[in-house]
Amino acid sequence: MIQSTKKSQEYPNAAGRFGSFGGVFAPESLMFALELLENEYLAARQDPLFQRQLDDLLKDFVGRETPLYYARNLSEHFGAKIYLKREDLAHTGAHKINNAIGQALLTKRMGKQRVIAETGAGQHGVATAAACALLGLECVIYMGVEDIRRQTLNAFRIRLMGAEVCAVESGSKTLKDAINEAMRDWVTNAQTTHYLIGSAVGPHPFPRIVRDFQSVIGKEARRQILAAEGRLPDKVIACVGGGSNAIGIFHPFIDDAAVELIGVEAGGSGPEPGYNAASLTYGSPGALHGSYSYVLQNDDGQILETQSVSAGLDYPGVGPEHSMLKETGRARYTTIEDVAALAAFQALCRMEGIIPALESAHAIAELFALRENGGLRAGEIIIVNLSGRGDKDMNTAASALGVSL
Amino acid sequence: MTNTLQNVFATTKQEKRAAFIPYVMLGYPNEAASLAIAQAMADAGADIIELGAPFSDPLADGATIQKASQRALENGMTLRKYFQMAEQIARKTNIPLVMMGYYNPLLRMGLDEAMRSAANSGICGCITPDLPVEESLAVISAGKPYTIAPIFLAAPSSSDRRLKAIGAAAQEADSGFIYCVSLNGVTGARAALAEDLPQFMQRVHVAAPNIPLCVGFGISKPKHASLAARYADGVIVGSALMNAYDEVGATDTAAGVKSAEILARRMRAAAVTQ
Repeated sequence: MIQSTKKSQEYPNAAGRFGSFGGVFAPESLMFALELLENEYLAARQDPLFQRQLDDLLKDFVGRETPLYYARNLSEHFGAKIYLKREDLAHTGAHKINNAIGQALLTKRMGKQRVIAETGAGQHGVATAAACALLGLECVIYMGVEDIRRQTLNAFRIRLMGAEVCAVESGSKTLKDAINEAMRDWVTNAQTTHYLIGSAVGPHPFPRIVRDFQSVIGKEARRQILAAEGRLPDKVIACVGGGSNAIGIFHPFIDDAAVELIGVEAGGSGPEPGYNAASLTYGSPGALHGSYSYVLQNDDGQILETQSVSAGLDYPGVGPEHSMLKETGRARYTTIEDVAALAAFQALCRMEGIIPALESAHAIAELFALRENGGLRAGEIIIVNLSGRGDKDMNTAASALGVSL
Repeated sequence: MTNTLQNVFATTKQEKRAAFIPYVMLGYPNEAASLAIAQAMADAGADIIELGAPFSDPLADGATIQKASQRALENGMTLRKYFQMAEQIARKTNIPLVMMGYYNPLLRMGLDEAMRSAANSGICGCITPDLPVEESLAVISAGKPYTIAPIFLAAPSSSDRRLKAIGAAAQEADSGFIYCVSLNGVTGARAALAEDLPQFMQRVHVAAPNIPLCVGFGISKPKHASLAARYADGVIVGSALMNAYDEVGATDTAAGVKSAEILARRMRAAAVTQ
């Protein structure tokens, strides 16, 4: 029998490296927890009972599979076949729940009773709070005060589901600082607590675990497009902050060399340092939050503050697998500025009757950018990952559009 | 082979006391005051001074050092300035200096240049709190030509297998000491020492029998120093000294420096083995 070897299965290696990226840049105090997590995760993967529990919850609680929706009006507009992977229809409103459920089940398996998590836009916080409510786990969500202001509704939703929101006042008061505070909590409480990290970032084995739990997006999309079109797509487009929705949809297509993978970073208000959150485009390799990957930093190696209309992309680092995909050229990364993201946000609302999250609006905006620079071929098939819905963004969108609610 | 740091522990052992190792963040509250604090630590009888380099995202540090880092960076502190200041301290004090800094600023400068600059500044050891032993090879190799000793951390949660690996790496790299984190947590003052400190220190000692062990994190009071000295070759004090400075230093720098020096003297005096 011929064994097919898939390149995408070779990463990370035993040291948690994706090429030269990734690794374990964590305090010694956390190493036992990371080792325990890796061992439990590897065991869970082999355990049919765990897999069945996960599959059942993804189906009945999350509502998978999510549709691959043929967006007829967008398609007509662009002269290409545009499909939207509807992660916005997943329970709690974004792809984040796929990983939250998976890691919450792992938490139970490790015999831990307390979960902590960071959140930027609040979507991961909401997803984690929901998973913890369901599984009876104590839950604390670290959220920057600036993000609590931008995402008041999500902070409230988190509390409604019984979790505590811990306001982070340090640094830039956004996602980066929420991760710092969650790490500090974990350093102190790792014996009893699992850090349910929400993006494909952090020390090994997190980038791998998050990728694996999010790969359900790409596996479904691949099957769905083959059923709908009888062939693979020409392009797959996703927004990239830490990069979990993007790696989730990219990963099952990595070995399909003809499928172009495009990651869209937050261009904020421009390329100047401090005014965007595009680590892969404007950053350089460095060590942040446990892994070696592209980061936005100054000449002294200090991490820069970031800016984006979208709280979920407002992060100065990115998952190490994306750094590898950039360096190998397997994926291409580009930026969309706030103004273009907001225009795409409105366009999708009007053309398709779908209100996207501001994060996902960056991926939609890439369609417009591609058309402008001649990157769209007539009739080609494109899948855009619609990673979340925009209900949480009403205040931000209204104020950006000059409307008072 | 013995290095500068090992000589320190040979001396303090003869004097039946633990080495007193204060932590001073360079650039906090400003350049001049941090130089004055380092001098005060020397005057108080520091055996080694640990010089902290500020980082924007110090995830192993508690509130005191976080705020100090932020302030130092706002004041324009950089790694280049750090090395210039370390050199001034080395010239004046003749006390072995150890660098405590997160990995990314060192990486950004380039590990070779960072280690060469450190050596030129009179620094003889390097602690990187976000590098576990398995990711330390690059720093070890970069420091070797300049005889910068890599100093590894050990934590109560480290398994015996990990402690053994840390001990072996420390032996191999001719580390000056192992930095034993007294508790599972971040830096910062605490009311009491961890109860299981003796058992933890014993486990590290078994895993690394020939290497001096220093205890840090949470050593805030002379009685903590006194207790820790029973099990360790050195005690490291950071946040408590900063707090001592801060109590009066905001309005009167000289009084802040004096306040830190007074606590340092009491800590040093308490850290006796018998």
